[in-house]
Amino acid sequence: MAPETGAEVVLRLDGITKRFGPLLANDAISFGLGKGEVIALLGENGAGKTTLMNILFGHYTADEGTVEVFGRPLPPGHPRAALAAGVGMVHQHFTLADNMTALENILLGTRPLLAPRLGARAARAKVARLSRDFGLAVHPDARVGALSVGERQRVEILKALYRDARILILDEPTAVLTPQETSALFETLRKAVAQGLSVIFISHKLGEVMEISSRVLVLRHGRLVGEVATADTDRHRLAEMMVGAEIAAPRLSERAPGPALLTLSEVDTPRRGNAPGLRGVTLALRAGQITGLAGVSGNGQTALAALIGGLETPVRGSMELDGAPPADWSPRAALAAAIARIPEDRHRTGTVADFTLTENAVLESYADAPFSRRGWMNWRAAEDFARRIIATYDVRCPGPAARIRLLSGGNMQKLILGRALEAEPRIILANQPVRGLDIGAVTFVQNRLIAARDKGAAVLLISEDLDEVMALSDVIHVIYEGRLSPAFPRGTMTPAGLGGWMAGHGFGPEYTRGGADAA
Amino acid sequence: MDILEIILTASFWAAAVRIASPLIFATLGELICERAGVLNLGIEGIMVIGAFTGWMTVYLGFGLWTGVLVAMLAGMLFGLVHATLTVPFGLSQHVVGLGVTLLATATAAFAYRLSLPEVTSPPKIVPFQPLPVPGLSELPLIGPAFFAQTPLTYLAFVLIAVVSVVLYRTPLGLALRAAGENPASVEAQGLSVTAMRMGAVIVGSGLMAIGGAFLTMSAFSSFFFEMVNGRGWICIALVVFGAWRPGKAALGALLFAAFDALQVRLQQTPMGAYVPYQVFLMVPYILSILALVLMSRRAEVPAALMVPFNKGER
Amino acid sequence: MRLEPIANPSLVRRVGLPAAALALTVLMASLLALLAGANPFATLGLIVKGAAGSKFALLETLNRATPLIFTGLAVAVAFRAKLWNIGAEAQLYAGAIVTVLLGTGALPLPSALLLPVIALAAMVAGALVLLGPVLLKTRAGVDEVVTTLLFNFIMLLFVSLLLEGPLKDPMGMGWPKSPALEKAARLPRIVEGLRLHWGFALAILSALAVWVIQTRTTLGYEIRAVGLNAEAARFAGIPVGRVMIKTAVLSGGLAALAGFSEVAGLKGNLTLDLSPGFGYTGIIVAMLALLNPLGVVLSAIFVAGVFVGADSMSRAAGVPTYIADILTATALLTMVLAIRLTRTKIRWR
Repeated sequence: MAPETGAEVVLRLDGITKRFGPLLANDAISFGLGKGEVIALLGENGAGKTTLMNILFGHYTADEGTVEVFGRPLPPGHPRAALAAGVGMVHQHFTLADNMTALENILLGTRPLLAPRLGARAARAKVARLSRDFGLAVHPDARVGALSVGERQRVEILKALYRDARILILDEPTAVLTPQETSALFETLRKAVAQGLSVIFISHKLGEVMEISSRVLVLRHGRLVGEVATADTDRHRLAEMMVGAEIAAPRLSERAPGPALLTLSEVDTPRRGNAPGLRGVTLALRAGQITGLAGVSGNGQTALAALIGGLETPVRGSMELDGAPPADWSPRAALAAAIARIPEDRHRTGTVADFTLTENAVLESYADAPFSRRGWMNWRAAEDFARRIIATYDVRCPGPAARIRLLSGGNMQKLILGRALEAEPRIILANQPVRGLDIGAVTFVQNRLIAARDKGAAVLLISEDLDEVMALSDVIHVIYEGRLSPAFPRGTMTPAGLGGWMAGHGFGPEYTRGGADAA
Repeated sequence: MDILEIILTASFWAAAVRIASPLIFATLGELICERAGVLNLGIEGIMVIGAFTGWMTVYLGFGLWTGVLVAMLAGMLFGLVHATLTVPFGLSQHVVGLGVTLLATATAAFAYRLSLPEVTSPPKIVPFQPLPVPGLSELPLIGPAFFAQTPLTYLAFVLIAVVSVVLYRTPLGLALRAAGENPASVEAQGLSVTAMRMGAVIVGSGLMAIGGAFLTMSAFSSFFFEMVNGRGWICIALVVFGAWRPGKAALGALLFAAFDALQVRLQQTPMGAYVPYQVFLMVPYILSILALVLMSRRAEVPAALMVPFNKGER
Repeated sequence: MRLEPIANPSLVRRVGLPAAALALTVLMASLLALLAGANPFATLGLIVKGAAGSKFALLETLNRATPLIFTGLAVAVAFRAKLWNIGAEAQLYAGAIVTVLLGTGALPLPSALLLPVIALAAMVAGALVLLGPVLLKTRAGVDEVVTTLLFNFIMLLFVSLLLEGPLKDPMGMGWPKSPALEKAARLPRIVEGLRLHWGFALAILSALAVWVIQTRTTLGYEIRAVGLNAEAARFAGIPVGRVMIKTAVLSGGLAALAGFSEVAGLKGNLTLDLSPGFGYTGIIVAMLALLNPLGVVLSAIFVAGVFVGADSMSRAAGVPTYIADILTATALLTMVLAIRLTRTKIRWR
């Protein structure tokens, strides 16, 4: 299918097909991109958007199909070829070296490897010009490791512009931004389009797609299931195309909150590398209530999760469980206090990839009866437990003896959820519980969390997705540089209002006190 | 006091610089590998193979510089084995590195026995001779210490500057450091992580082998088993001590060599009569461990060190 | 090229690739024989004959395998937890020193009591030697690879110091060796008249014990979890530091038993050449066994056979005995590659 008649076609994909083992990630996808056009590539997680763009950029090679850029076939399998043809890509996970400056990252790979010098002076002037023209404020000599997420993204965009990209691919660029930063990004994209660039914008957020794109392509299960001009559609129709059915939003029943099960008052935790610690955090998690934590990633969410999960202890302030401070604090102590933890990264912290489902199911409880007695494992009891989780939580897998590495993200998450909820927790720490899941798994996990709340558990929901936090929470806090906003009850705040807090407005004068950031 | 007297002699500093030279070669070699993200535990064996091949080349009648070249090529060959297994195939850098050390050490021993089946004491070659730099070698203390050394020592010190400049001032060095910090950044800018890493390991191994060759061709003039004697492992400690920076690592090597030269001289003092000589010989190893303890918390490890990169991994 | 995982590798892959690794090793042996001017087939035949061609040869191989089983187990246990113990050599000597200290008349005990006491004390010594680097790792973040390696050199100098000082045999005519163990401290032979001592039986028992620990106990589960994903283990409440320390005690203890068994079972005294690198060869043994404790027994016998066979071949055919070191190192490298390739396939584009 072609873009609006008359526009020059700068990019054409024809019959792109890609398989990963039994999974058909892209199924004969064809489309064209016009000059000065913004196409939104819409689809839920796992629909094949990123795979398609990785093929276009040369990270993967398609099994079938061809790519043409400016009328010339693009040799497959080399980012170098894509870059040379004028394609630039801003990856979802930034591809920056933290130990180098912004300028060095921009320069990387732009000159012949054996050239005697970096050519930094000329580059600096060009970067300054691009920064000005596109509204991308970046200090060229700052170490990337010290930059904020928004600044890093600007460096990524500058990398592409520096190479004179005419086609810009952005993979979920707003996932890590505040609403205000998103507006600034869109401003940059509009400037780029005005200068004749073409943009492919990958997202699963309908509002942003409606705002920035001129045309929407919808992917579902690897297939291109729809293409519409943005002006001719609306959010509801896009949502239906995306998931193939109406999305039922999760529903919270009215419920009076119970007593505070866990309270923090004026808590500081130490900084860990680039991750800020908590600074003067006061928080109460109440029975029968979901507390949502909104904020741009890297603002102390990890520190708060580590504290409640037992991996971190306060250096100042106090933490109380049922009104009394815990005697000692560790993951084991947290588990003993009936705190269930759903970790942010299910691959790195939630599971042991090369363990079986059985071994993963008892990861938190292997030391207790009936799974072990006096140091001897009872594998039969462990396997029974795994089977129970598999049945109750609908974990699709070959069986309890399969290695968990083979499972999809959604099924992995269901096992973690089952492991956590089977212990009848009083407090649930859910850190990004639905990130990267498809819509079926998202609904499943969210409903389980709501059910736990209705049974009287105190839930802390940490998410970078503001819509998710607003839909699921009874009260919302915003976290910014380790500090916590006041609690906003459900329905009292707009996205823009929370966005202001996410950008740091409203926190009052900088909280200073010696030693908070030390260690 | 004895120690002060020793430290103020030119011969002490000359010895320190001499002892530091092979360490500088090998430390720079290891540093290049690690900066690109590959821990090269083959270093010990590669130094042995360098010591053997360099010496054997000269023994067979070729020139000294030919010996250095052959040693370097032999080291690069074992570097190629290491790089092939650890980079594209992503095998454990610990296991492969130790395997390469065992293989290289055994190869040197096998080749030695094969070429000299009957000898009991290894034949000597005429090694590199000191080449005083006119003028500079006349300076008090510094002159004999730094400017009356063999050409290989001068080469070692020149290499410190070369490696620094390449790492920090050229597109190649930029790509190399990026490969060790975040290989995805290299890939996304159109370069090959595999090529960068393999190249670094091969070149680094070549330098390690020259470090080994220094022992037979500039220090001892003959080859015997166990002559490398843990120097490779010490160099790995020196890389950490130098926080992955060429200048600092070389300075560490010099400091370390000074201690080594000192313990040799202290053995000859009255103190040496009371303390068993083995205690003095332990000093270098203990110092290396101390260096690691001091620096481990502070140093900035390349973020992708020992992390294999599989292109387009999902 | 890129690697893609295979979920269920075929039998051809699982058997064929390791076989190919072995074939490559044999090919390497042939090449080296040719280089040395010997007939490759005759050389290989002599190695096999020297390793297993007679009762004497076979017993010699099993004798040589005994310390390798211990060091192989030590490495296998440690590597499972991703504790890179490259210092089995030092731990072995620690065990040997203790054996000499306690076995030369210091403890007036009958043999049945004395031997277990010495073995236990040796294990404690080996554990302590490894505990140093492991505490530096868990407390100060010091990489244990280099520290355990450096400890090997320090320990060897320490042994030399002892053998020329406090532990020197007054009747040794100036040689750096310790006095001989008393009779009660010697490990007897399993069958009278056959040159194989109880150290071998102890090694087999140790392998079984390690296997039980790894598959049946919480400690084994913890060790595997820490090794496969320390971050997930810590998050789940497994005390990673304590597991590391327990692993170190087990690993160092096993390596020390190699020293105990060599001194009490074979040599009868301590010299500087007690171990021709058993600690390092243990790494090869463990890797060839894929860190499986029962597999360690087999791979130790295989590796010992290569060494014993090469020794005997060398005397007959004149190919340097170091061929054994080359072959075992080659087997290690080709085998780790083969194992990787059974689980992944190469895509060239």
